[in-house]
Amino acid sequence: MPAVVKLEDIHRIYDSGEVKVHAVRGVTLELHKGEFMAVMGASGSGKSTLMNTLGCLDRPTSGRYLLDGVDIAGLDRNELADLRNEKLGFVFQGFNLLSRTTALENVELPMLYGRRRISHHDMQERAEHCLAIVGLADRADHFPSQLSGGQQQRVAIARALVNNPQVLLADEPTGNLDSKTAIEVMGVFQKLNDQGITIVMVTHELDIARYCRRNLIMRDGKVVSDVQVTDRLIADTELRRLHEAEAAAKLTA
Amino acid sequence: MRLRSTLTVSFRALRRNVLRSLLTALGIIVGVGAVIAMVSIGNGAKSVVEAQIASLGENVLLVFSGSFNQGGARSGAFGAGTLTVEDAEAIKREVTTIIGVSPEVRTSAQILANGLNWSTQILGEGADYLTIRVWPLSDGVMFSEADVRSVGKVCVIGQTIATQLFPDGSAVGQILRIKAQPFKVVGILAAKGLSVQGQDQDDLVIVPYTSAMRRVSKQTMLRSISVQASSPDTMTLAQNDIVALLRQRHRTAEGSDDFTVRSQVEIAQAATATADTMTGLLGAVAGVSLIVGGIGIMNIMLVSVTERTREIGIRLAVGAHGREIQLQFLTESIVLSVLGGSIGILAGIGASELVSHLKGWPTLVSPTAVVIAFFFSAAVGMIFGYYPARKASLLDPIDALRYE
Repeated sequence: MPAVVKLEDIHRIYDSGEVKVHAVRGVTLELHKGEFMAVMGASGSGKSTLMNTLGCLDRPTSGRYLLDGVDIAGLDRNELADLRNEKLGFVFQGFNLLSRTTALENVELPMLYGRRRISHHDMQERAEHCLAIVGLADRADHFPSQLSGGQQQRVAIARALVNNPQVLLADEPTGNLDSKTAIEVMGVFQKLNDQGITIVMVTHELDIARYCRRNLIMRDGKVVSDVQVTDRLIADTELRRLHEAEAAAKLTA
Repeated sequence: MRLRSTLTVSFRALRRNVLRSLLTALGIIVGVGAVIAMVSIGNGAKSVVEAQIASLGENVLLVFSGSFNQGGARSGAFGAGTLTVEDAEAIKREVTTIIGVSPEVRTSAQILANGLNWSTQILGEGADYLTIRVWPLSDGVMFSEADVRSVGKVCVIGQTIATQLFPDGSAVGQILRIKAQPFKVVGILAAKGLSVQGQDQDDLVIVPYTSAMRRVSKQTMLRSISVQASSPDTMTLAQNDIVALLRQRHRTAEGSDDFTVRSQVEIAQAATATADTMTGLLGAVAGVSLIVGGIGIMNIMLVSVTERTREIGIRLAVGAHGREIQLQFLTESIVLSVLGGSIGILAGIGASELVSHLKGWPTLVSPTAVVIAFFFSAAVGMIFGYYPARKASLLDPIDALRYE
């Protein structure tokens, strides 16, 4: 089976005049359909640069990046935008929803910029479907300010899903959430992954990484560890355990 | 991205800060309003001048005595009496494209009636005069061709004379004395009001030119001859014929004519040129305020782009092209300026109405000015919105997403 993402000796050097920062120093990586990978590392390890490269927001200084068989080296700004639109979904740490825009309209956003024309009705239907996947069908007409952090992040996930991407990229998606909500969001990711969606997420929390199938650890721009998770946590189980613990605490109190 | 969603996004962005949008649009509102109001006032003034030129009569040609150059001594119209009654008769006889001729002499005199006196202008005219001037009578009739031929002691008086000398009732049939000669009033002119120069046009007495020359002032030369062409199309032809005829009669050549023939059109052009200049000047000043309004839009759009850097980052990340971001912000500034322009048009019409109501100035809202102001305001939005929109479209998605 061909890899969805194929990185070959990727380097990224930031040249800000006097100092050259070598953020990524030779990463070679393959990601197959249905994988669920966490990228971990201390700040400055190059994980964010790697994510920006994977997300076609940034170009590598050298090396080859094939996304779904397309070499991004020859693409211009607009072609990269189209690639992001069609093949990638983004989830950010700060949710990055448009305020004063309903959940439904936020989810519709990537379709507005699609090169294929979709009727307004179909757009709405697809956005509603994606909101239903993340369990927010009843919050479609809510504004971000009326939603909790976890709900906002689920809207962001729905937005990332709406164009049926090849890869879903999440940059510290649980960074701004409390631990219980974080597990809920990981549950959403796991459910999507079980349906065959490829996910890459950046995190610096070890226990969050344990919900993924594969852990990639970076240091100084290089991959130092790339292992399959053996004792994978299942979000539903963990949530149930948490509920029981809460209930027990109340009983004893 | 489709037009409808672009517009929706623009309206939403403008609604987010209603006061700011309103203040920004205010520059355009004032600018467009000023253009409309100023041009309306200028046009109103022009229409008054035009109406008064039209009150000269229909298809009128005026032949003035006097010369531009006579043996080295030069003067303008009325400089020397060179037109004779025979000239007027020759014009009437030989120029085929005219339908009315009225020789004119003028003098002023103290007139008496009912034991009252009044100093006024005496016009000696032909029987066609009122037809040429399109000047109706409010009472009585005009003196006839027979009265002219018989040097009749009849007159037609203006409204001012009627009120000053005959305050008790109808003046028709009454006698008034001009230089001790009794003249019978046969008609009273309809009121005409003030002229462009502010003269009372109703303060006059019209008598047959023959009577004026022989009974009142003993003049032998005419001051001018009013000629009515048969239609607007024949005016130039009639003018040329009159010039040719008078050159032949006066034995003059081009450049040394001792007469001048002016058409109503030429007089109108000279008079309205001033009004046009004024309208242009007022419009230009107002146009400058429109430019200032545009700068206001540019300023606010730049602020808006900075404020919404993150939003731009999100849009770019999910696949928006730079052009689409540019279009979005451009639409926003155009919506802003067009809204401002529309309100400004209404405000301008309102302001000119107010001016004409309070000050009594005539105003005339020009549809052309409205259309131009509308498109100009849209153009202002486009021109001054371009730079901020361009700036937004060139943002790097990573930097934009990271922007706090």
